[in-house]
Amino acid sequence: MSVPKYWRIIPHYYRLEGTICKNCGYKTPLIRKICPNCGSDDVERVRLPREGEVYSYTVVYSPPEGFERHNPYVIGLIKLKDGTKILGQIVDVDPEEVKIGLKVRMTFRRISVDGKSGIIQYGYKFKPVK
Amino acid sequence: MRPSKPVGIVGWGVYIPRYRLKAEEIARVWNGGINNMARALRIEMKSVPSYDEDMITIAVEAATNAIKRSKLSPDRIGCIFVGSESKPYAVKPGSTIVAEVVGATPQVLAADYEFACKAGTEALQTTIGLVSSGMVEYGMAIGSDTAQGEPGDDLDYTASAGGAAYIVGSNKSEFAAEIVETYSYVTDTIDFWRRAEQPYPSHGRTFTKDPAYMRHIIQASRGLMKAMGTKPEDYDYAVFHQPNGKFPVKVACKLGFSIAQVKESIIVDRIGNTYSGSALLGLARILDIAKPGDKILFCSFGSGAGSDAIHIEVKDGIEEKKNLAPKVDDYIDDFVAVDYTTYLKYRGMIRFNER
Ligand SMILES: [Zn+2]
Repeated sequence: MSVPKYWRIIPHYYRLEGTICKNCGYKTPLIRKICPNCGSDDVERVRLPREGEVYSYTVVYSPPEGFERHNPYVIGLIKLKDGTKILGQIVDVDPEEVKIGLKVRMTFRRISVDGKSGIIQYGYKFKPVK
Repeated sequence: MRPSKPVGIVGWGVYIPRYRLKAEEIARVWNGGINNMARALRIEMKSVPSYDEDMITIAVEAATNAIKRSKLSPDRIGCIFVGSESKPYAVKPGSTIVAEVVGATPQVLAADYEFACKAGTEALQTTIGLVSSGMVEYGMAIGSDTAQGEPGDDLDYTASAGGAAYIVGSNKSEFAAEIVETYSYVTDTIDFWRRAEQPYPSHGRTFTKDPAYMRHIIQASRGLMKAMGTKPEDYDYAVFHQPNGKFPVKVACKLGFSIAQVKESIIVDRIGNTYSGSALLGLARILDIAKPGDKILFCSFGSGAGSDAIHIEVKDGIEEKKNLAPKVDDYIDDFVAVDYTTYLKYRGMIRFNER
């Protein structure tokens, strides 16, 4: 990902900010200028809850390029406390321990490292709540 | 150094990665299973950061916990300083990332500090100054590291990862503990260093003890007690930098403190030396268990070399804050032991082709 593209998504990656539509009330975990539901441009940024539970998940054994060395890892569809669903890696857990309904919370981690001289990209992941 | 108006800790928070490397596993790989080094250093195991953790992610977790205890809106934090000797970028601040994640940007002063293991308490000293002068309403100081020792070296048994964050304010009703007086003692003593291009630090072995660790902590602690007119027996707890399990006990005895006064803060045997996080994590362990009225003598040490000593008095505000974030013991107790190969993998110490 290019530096400007990463920089534009920082509010989402770092603070789990999404968009709420003031016209129809639709909430999306992504940063949008137009409501994906009703097309209104009367939208504002909203901080999503940091806690939720595993709605669904998959264990990745054939990772895409750049993630081969973390094999296997868990990607979860997380249902946040406000009902918003968001995809994220689940860390600090044995893949066997992940179950639907597992309570998780946001943690801040490295997402990827661009070679020896590029930038380090950070963002949210999830980990089990103890 | 006395703050010009009273300041205190209004929030504290810590983070320790979940993985551990046991001393017996290091001894198996490097010393034929003979665990003398760990026994001499009084180390059982050390914390290991996961492959996606570094001093910035650790600082963020500690800062988030400190903000929970302070109950502050993060935009009221006027300065964020992060002390570390394991910065992932040679040029690019980590403090800006922390400030952005916690929501303190953009009206905030942010900087990274470096002074071996005392970078975090330098950050704290500066924060105390800015808050007591009134330049900022609240300030946050963090010590965070993912320290590295050369494989097989003495430091391999101790160099670990963790961090602690402290929010300083001047509204007395919010104090968990008041920072009454501080004393800094610094000389140019070359006991431990790392040249820019080297992956691991070098050290002066026994030279790290008497002219470095012992001398600076003793002088700073005595200077503080002289300024306060106090004696060791006036304190309920003493907290010192913990490069291993032996030094903090030795320096406590030399200063005239009892084992009982120092033992509650010693966690190095279970998590290793977290460098910039070490003394600050020891202090957090005490705040987790302290009662209003308790007096704490705190003294850091950083190679190169210097010590910051701080006289702290616990206030009524501590009780309602204790349970607002995870405690040091919560992180110490929740661990998964890994083998030496996994440790090398997580720490990025295995070489690959460059793509
Ligand atoms: Zn809409």
